[in-house]
Amino acid sequence: MFNNNKYSFLSIARNALNHHENWQKTWNSPEPKKSYDAIIVGGGGHGLTTAYYLAKNHGINNIAVIEKGWIGGGNTGRNTTIIRSNYLWDQSAALYEHALKLWEGMSQELNYNVMFSQRGVLNVAHNLHDVRELKRRWHANRLNDIDCEWLDTKKVKEFCPIINTSPNIRYPVLGATLQRRAGTARHDAVAWGYARGADEMGVDIIQNCEVTGINVKNGNVTGIETTKGTIESNKIGIAAAGHTSVIANMAGIKLPLESKPLQALVSEPVKPVIDTVVMSNTIHAYVSQSDKGELVIGAGTDGYTSYTQRGGFNIVEDTLMAIVELFPIFSRMKMLRHWGGIVDICPDASPIISKTHINGLYFNCGWGTGGFKATPGSGWVFAHTIANDQAHELNAPFTINRFSSGELVDEHGAAAVAH
Amino acid sequence: MFLINCPYCGERDQAEFSCGGEAHIARPKNPPELSDDQWAEYLFLRKNEKGIHYERWNHEYGCRQWFNLARNTSTDEILAVYKMGEAPPKLKANIPATPSGEPSIGSGNLSTSKKDRF
Repeated sequence: MFNNNKYSFLSIARNALNHHENWQKTWNSPEPKKSYDAIIVGGGGHGLTTAYYLAKNHGINNIAVIEKGWIGGGNTGRNTTIIRSNYLWDQSAALYEHALKLWEGMSQELNYNVMFSQRGVLNVAHNLHDVRELKRRWHANRLNDIDCEWLDTKKVKEFCPIINTSPNIRYPVLGATLQRRAGTARHDAVAWGYARGADEMGVDIIQNCEVTGINVKNGNVTGIETTKGTIESNKIGIAAAGHTSVIANMAGIKLPLESKPLQALVSEPVKPVIDTVVMSNTIHAYVSQSDKGELVIGAGTDGYTSYTQRGGFNIVEDTLMAIVELFPIFSRMKMLRHWGGIVDICPDASPIISKTHINGLYFNCGWGTGGFKATPGSGWVFAHTIANDQAHELNAPFTINRFSSGELVDEHGAAAVAH
Repeated sequence: MFLINCPYCGERDQAEFSCGGEAHIARPKNPPELSDDQWAEYLFLRKNEKGIHYERWNHEYGCRQWFNLARNTSTDEILAVYKMGEAPPKLKANIPATPSGEPSIGSGNLSTSKKDRF
């Protein structure tokens, strides 16, 4: 029996015969039911993967994903798409490596091409301190069975010929770590692929529906208020990225988060010029090239709380100065698009994937500037936490309680790029 | 990006300033008696307000003085500038139109019409 919904060479050929007019909807847009076994607030990558793995791994199919905007319209569809697992601390390394392994099988599993490209990520050292820190992380990665290599200046030049390795620049390239299994993926395909996968298993994806309140009775969560009415559930997972604090306020919970704009920009498309990802913590620049030929450039966060989805021009200027010094060949490139997304940053630059003191209310937040790489792993452990009312061993260190106990997972800088 | 009216130097580009985070967080007077949760509250928990946010700024590349701002974080509009040690002003701003605090036009973008501003 031919599966109508499966994408294949045959389905392309068949649809070509009727001028591609009969492709099925990727997912449905139902009206919300009165109640669900679980509700996920936030239809970004983390929310969709949570719903997907709740259905797939835990047999909970009666789920709604509530999204204020549209699928693929938030930070999941607007980021520099870098995927890597070369984190310093054991807890983070385990979490991100688990996610990286899921990335490696994602396109096959979802029957959706997410264009995962393991083109390698270079983390460049510009001074003696960088060299020491990056070598320390190289060794830490190897102890955690995560692939990592140290390249000296000559090898960096061989690996990425357009990088400026002159000793006379302000921040010379003294070496770099290379994770070959790291790379990039097509970000909106990740959102669409998981939305399609979840929808196939019966998850209701409800777009253009804003959460306006969280109902709590005797310490138990009972449902949410939305712009489409009240929806009942005794399990609610929040994956709302930059607006997590806004949702938490509705339940009277204060979190250790600050929301800030993070900017990125994309250049005009050119022929293939850089076949890897280059990141620099010290001068704060990262760049890769998309399959369309655009340079994808990541800037830093602004230094103040804001929900405006736009950042300061000085941040963009600083990043481009660094890019042009490292890659003089890019000096006359024109930037085409630029955007700012709101990211929620924890004091220790590590996420919170945790239960709360309200029964049935769970938070997955604090991913800050680097949540995209964790998308599948984040949903995987969050689904486990929601289904079992208990953290998976991978996210057990990432509780809200760590800010009281002092067991922080301090990845500021250690994560190879400043947050 | 916006302009900040430094109480000592006048209006300057925001790039000259650095933000010191939420204002009016008093250091506990009885540190040895505090529980871990109370320390966490003081050290880490933040209002992270979408709306009126009272915060400290330093004119780092100018007079190097600290002062306070009241700013609407959903539009970046600055509502008040006041000196360190002063009480936060009681502000009457229109509360953003939707529960999660979107301004009336666009996603966080300041309206072009004066009457839609708050």
